[in-house]
Amino acid sequence: MSLSRREFLKSSAAASAAAAIGMSVPAELEAAANKAEGGWRWDKAACRFCGTGCGIMMATKNGKIVAVKGDPAAPVNRGLNCIKGYFNAKIMYGADRLTRPLLRMDANGKFDKKGKFAPVSWKVAFDIMEEKAKAAFNEKGPEGVAVFASGQHTVMEGYAAQKMMKGGFRSNAIDPNARHCMASAVVGFYQTFGIDEPSGCYDDIELTDTIVSWGSNMAEMHPILWSRVTDRKLSDPERVKVINMSTYTHRTSDLADTEIIFSPNTDTALWNYIAREIVFNNPESIDWDFVNKHMVFAAASPNIGYGMRKSNEKSIKEGKYTALEMETISKEMKTIVSEKEAPALAPYGYKAGDEMIHNQPGLKHWLIEFEEYKKSLEPYTLEYTAKISKGDPDESIESFKAKLQELADLYIEKGRKVVSFWTMGMNQHTRGTWTNTLAYNVHFLLNKQANPGEGAFSLTGQPSACGTAREVGTFTHRLPADMMVKNPKHRALVEKKWQVPAGTINGQMGQHIMRIHRDIEDGHVKFAWVNVCNPYQDSASASHWIKAAREMDNFIVTSDGYPGISAKVSDLILPSAMLYEKWGAYGNAERRTQHWRQQVLPVGDSMSDTWQWVEFSKRFTVKDLWMKDVKVGWGKKDMKAVPLDKIKAMGYNENTTMYEILFANDRAKSYKIDMNDPVQAGYDNSECSGDSRGVVGSDGEVFTGYGFFIHKYLFEEYAAFTRGHGHDLAPFDIYHKVRGLKWPVVDGKETQWRFNAKYDPYAAKATKETGNSHAFYGGFLKKRPQGDLNGIKKDMQLSYADKPGKHYLKNKAKIFARPYMDPPEMPDANYDTWLCTGRVLEHWHSGTMTMRVPELYRAVPEALCYMHPQDAKDKDLKQGGLCWVESRRGRVKARVETRGRNRPARGLVFVPWFDEKVFINKVCLDATCPLSKQTDYKKCAVKIYKA
Amino acid sequence: MSENRPKIERKKPLSDRRRFILTMARGVGVTALGGLVWSAYVDEVTASQLLLRPPGAITEKDFLKTCIKCGLCVEACPYDTLLLAKPGDNKPLGTPYFIPRDIPCYMCPDIPCVPVCPTGALDESSVTTDDKLDINVAEMGLAVIDDESCIAFWGIQCDACYRACPLLGEAITIVYEKNERTGKHAFMKPIVHSNVCTGCGLCEQACVTEKAAIFVLPREVAMGRVGNYYIKGWDKEDEQRLENAEEIHTQTEISKESAIDSLNDSGDLY
Amino acid sequence: MATLWNNYRYLFLRRFVQIGLLLLYFGANHWGWTILMGNLSSSSLLGVVPLSDPYAALQMLAAGAVLATDLLIGAAIIGVFYLLIGGRVFCSWVCPINIITDASAYLRRVLDIDRNQKRQPATRNMRYWILVLSLIISAAMGITAFEFISPISMVHRGIVFGLGFGWAAMLIIFLFDLFVLKNGWCGHLCPLGGFYSLLGKFSLIRVKHTVENCTACMKCKTVCPERQVLHMIDKESLPVLSGECTNCARCIEVCDDNALGFSIRELANNKKTGE
Repeated sequence: MSLSRREFLKSSAAASAAAAIGMSVPAELEAAANKAEGGWRWDKAACRFCGTGCGIMMATKNGKIVAVKGDPAAPVNRGLNCIKGYFNAKIMYGADRLTRPLLRMDANGKFDKKGKFAPVSWKVAFDIMEEKAKAAFNEKGPEGVAVFASGQHTVMEGYAAQKMMKGGFRSNAIDPNARHCMASAVVGFYQTFGIDEPSGCYDDIELTDTIVSWGSNMAEMHPILWSRVTDRKLSDPERVKVINMSTYTHRTSDLADTEIIFSPNTDTALWNYIAREIVFNNPESIDWDFVNKHMVFAAASPNIGYGMRKSNEKSIKEGKYTALEMETISKEMKTIVSEKEAPALAPYGYKAGDEMIHNQPGLKHWLIEFEEYKKSLEPYTLEYTAKISKGDPDESIESFKAKLQELADLYIEKGRKVVSFWTMGMNQHTRGTWTNTLAYNVHFLLNKQANPGEGAFSLTGQPSACGTAREVGTFTHRLPADMMVKNPKHRALVEKKWQVPAGTINGQMGQHIMRIHRDIEDGHVKFAWVNVCNPYQDSASASHWIKAAREMDNFIVTSDGYPGISAKVSDLILPSAMLYEKWGAYGNAERRTQHWRQQVLPVGDSMSDTWQWVEFSKRFTVKDLWMKDVKVGWGKKDMKAVPLDKIKAMGYNENTTMYEILFANDRAKSYKIDMNDPVQAGYDNSECSGDSRGVVGSDGEVFTGYGFFIHKYLFEEYAAFTRGHGHDLAPFDIYHKVRGLKWPVVDGKETQWRFNAKYDPYAAKATKETGNSHAFYGGFLKKRPQGDLNGIKKDMQLSYADKPGKHYLKNKAKIFARPYMDPPEMPDANYDTWLCTGRVLEHWHSGTMTMRVPELYRAVPEALCYMHPQDAKDKDLKQGGLCWVESRRGRVKARVETRGRNRPARGLVFVPWFDEKVFINKVCLDATCPLSKQTDYKKCAVKIYKA
Repeated sequence: MSENRPKIERKKPLSDRRRFILTMARGVGVTALGGLVWSAYVDEVTASQLLLRPPGAITEKDFLKTCIKCGLCVEACPYDTLLLAKPGDNKPLGTPYFIPRDIPCYMCPDIPCVPVCPTGALDESSVTTDDKLDINVAEMGLAVIDDESCIAFWGIQCDACYRACPLLGEAITIVYEKNERTGKHAFMKPIVHSNVCTGCGLCEQACVTEKAAIFVLPREVAMGRVGNYYIKGWDKEDEQRLENAEEIHTQTEISKESAIDSLNDSGDLY
Repeated sequence: MATLWNNYRYLFLRRFVQIGLLLLYFGANHWGWTILMGNLSSSSLLGVVPLSDPYAALQMLAAGAVLATDLLIGAAIIGVFYLLIGGRVFCSWVCPINIITDASAYLRRVLDIDRNQKRQPATRNMRYWILVLSLIISAAMGITAFEFISPISMVHRGIVFGLGFGWAAMLIIFLFDLFVLKNGWCGHLCPLGGFYSLLGKFSLIRVKHTVENCTACMKCKTVCPERQVLHMIDKESLPVLSGECTNCARCIEVCDDNALGFSIRELANNKKTGE
């Protein structure tokens, strides 16, 4: 990024920034925001829960948050909130808040893996962390140290964690819980657009005519967006259509004109059916001009496995999995093509009964002709699609077919704007990446993508899955601003910005979150640190990971505000400052970045995760981490020590600490603590200046602060990566004046629709010469060979290319041929029911916070097993009675609910996962999309019986 | 006793008859006093009409005379919903009731609390449809919404009551309304339908406001009543109310005298 | 030990029955036992046999309630049972208040309060007045009047379902019996006792006095909660025929002379009432 622009932005009257980006913040609101009056102070913040990104205002009094209100100036929610947002004021003050570090110890006060938790000082906590991390590093190499990161990390925390892991430890074994919620969307974006994150924004809702919700209970999970959808429907009830696509009836069906209940996993068939309707029956609806200018067609192999453990993995060989578990896991290597999937796989040369060897070709894909794509669609006749996808055995096939036809017609209808929203139903899917790309296919063919009111739009679950996990890049494979660990140029660029020697960053990666769990079970990871997430509750096949953490030789640290399951499973617990007890920033699902100030001092001795990372970094020197030849890539590859001369050339020596290099360098120190700065004036900054609590820090002395504005440093250093690369973020100070901005923010203006030349300055630039309407300028996966449905054909001549070889797809996006395939585990005679898990509006994820808000606890005190009344009757279960939900992996007891908010058809049960007492992830299968590594929590086979 | 009896006789032991009469008088006196206090107490504790009774409870008036306070319904309840009024609760002693904010009625389909009632105070036939127990027709009470304190009426996306309702979509429905203040959101306001609501109180329990903004009241308290002298012209079924229509007699302050009397009373007319 | 047993055998048995029944009821509510569910107002034996308080049924009738079949059967079973074995057997063998009032009476004897309060200021017929009154109030107010104030139900229900201020009722009765009126509650006021007294007139099991063995020690009269029923002591050999006798058998236990014992009523020999 050029310094001149930064300067320009800084010098351009900051006060007018809000006006410049077309946002009107009423003057009186702005004035009220910072003025202390009546003993309380109002200041803006972002809601803690979900990816919608509602703005809130927090009232603090006597150093405690006493109330919140929806921020009337926030464009997302205009002063409204949902039931969780309503309780933001209460989440930090639970009775069992963790206030001191806790270590498992024996009677002599020494660490003991089998000991009981007892309070220790921060110094003792960091001493043992240092000891255990160094031991893991020395024994297993950099990747012996792993981090469970989070989509609820603030931007700064995520950046600090990533920097220390990738720049300091030289380990890419860091992956966020966002892997569980967004990864399929991300890989879908990469494969289709070559760049992450949605093209549209929430304004699409007000501009569209049709809202199709695919595998998303927006009414409960994105309530404020759903109220906007509802408003849109009310504005023009005749014109505006709402369709709910789901595997069971839920509250999103309330508003829907049509509800389509489909059989789990068959959404891939449904998308292909719509595409077939376009290509075969309504070819005139294809915008060929748009397609020719902006699209290519692509294919990949179907035999990609199911993201489960492979037969050669250590724990499998050691027999840590039961014969029952292996029934499913064995399908990772080889399956028999079923009658159900055979027609869909026919264009790929498979027929029913064939053996499919899953040789795991991964992300590889190539370009094909339109005719080949058309061939892939051929099987998805209304007949076949309806037959395999009808989800309610009590619905007639005619009625179901009519609904599918109606759905296709709505997409195809000329002049009708359509937005397709989705969340976990499409992402948590063993073919999640495929399904994501299939969504874009339909929109692309019709030129209904990246236009106001039109587009396939992936919604996020977590408040900063976009802002931190994806944009900062706390995934194992990512670096800031869509850069890739695998790409040596990207590594070099990051090394330069971080001022670490060239070659420091490890090019070996792949420790996605399930892999970290598996590596712990395999004994490969010896030290793991849990940040702002609850991986021991939220991961499928949970018993394995808990057992590995508790019974094997390793050291698990959890930073948390409350004693959740992960804390319970740990060896050391660090008390973390919670959201409004620290400076922070989140990025929501429409690319909106929102900042807030530290509103109050943390409870007890808790400190922010940023502080914890920075203190941790003080314990490691160049000698400890960079000057050793180590094994990486699961011990298969060598990584050389960073040459000492290179280290010295940068002004460091063997004893320079990571703190000095990564966090307290000269650039950092240029961000001054200044109480005359309107952004800082009057607000606490526990990390930078210490605070009145006088917390005794990691060195045994009272912590008095770093002396520079570390949050601003971390944000600005990170933001520098984004600027000029299509991710441009505004300066730190601007975000404290406005209610968030949708990146790319270019010349002070946010971007509503990316890739659209009218709205996106990057697209405008790219289309200057061609005059095209769009430019899909993402640069990742854009050099592709050619072939047909069955593979790469080296010498084939594509009709839309000059010559055979690798084709550079400048400004183009891809339409993928993807077949329907069965998931690895489906109901059978023994395990006869589908299990789908998910969330409820009242609780946030694993419930560590919301289950401590009395009103929310009272509203929904336990997770229920929702099932069809006939199923309950057939299984001799009583409404309200207890039942066992048992899979090949384990069982949990839950109360039967045949009424209420979720109404599955016969053959499927729904159990939410927020309740640690109904630990449904012990039952779920840890199969993932093999491309995105996102777990499929939406389907496995269970049996239900009376408890 | 005659007045002219010699005074001296007073010192004699009381005659049996006299002793009996005096005893009687004292007995009557004590009994009358006791009866008064007793009745006052009974009147006091039965005055409150705000108790929610188990499903199938007959009208409160009949319930108070029929319930034998045995607690069998309480024991039958698998959720500990039902309580027996204790001394100090200031409720008709020993009678079963529930407080939905604490533990609502979970509407068991087999209604275990009703068939065990030995006295018919919980009437099985009132919770039976087509010879099968049917909790959905129970009338324990009626949920009432205070729309000033219901946050859904502020525009908050709450509807916890709606999602908690076992008869979701029937007993409580959501009315959508544009929120003109924000210009792009909708209100989703819960509405209770008295013809479906059983008064189970799951909504009241779920309500997230400090004191529930939706709460269950006994139906007699919560509901008004229209007379049977007007029938909805647009609703054929409403004609059923005609079955209860009675001969009409009216009287107001102005019509309380007969026509002739009032005609003859010119008063201060001129 | 043998003497102890001999002197207190019925007391032990009574306490065993009283507490045992309480435990069965308590277990039904707390642990889901199904032997005896409900409480003394109405219960279900083994989930099948209904048992109901006939006095409560009477009040319901007075209140104008329609009596259910179960209730009628239950009341009939209990009615006939006590009719046969002695109405006030309920009072001394079942009713939990008995434990409290026995304690009061015991303390009165120990503290020698009786000597201070020779004169009993109230008539034992009060209970019949209250019985009538309860039916009048039931009829007038359409409620089961005694059931609204009954300390028996309060205590019993309290132990089974939760006490509330029921402990106050226990304390009041205890103090009332101790300081105000000897055998005040059970012997003077309790309309249920009154009801069972009336029912008990016809019972078959009777305490019988054998004057030949009597040494006129009057221990029996000291312990008897309804001493008026023992008017024949040291006078003639008669069975105790008053319905007010609770068949508590304390008199039998304390008699060292074998002058008192249980007998089956000789139906022929009932011309003389014990009153």
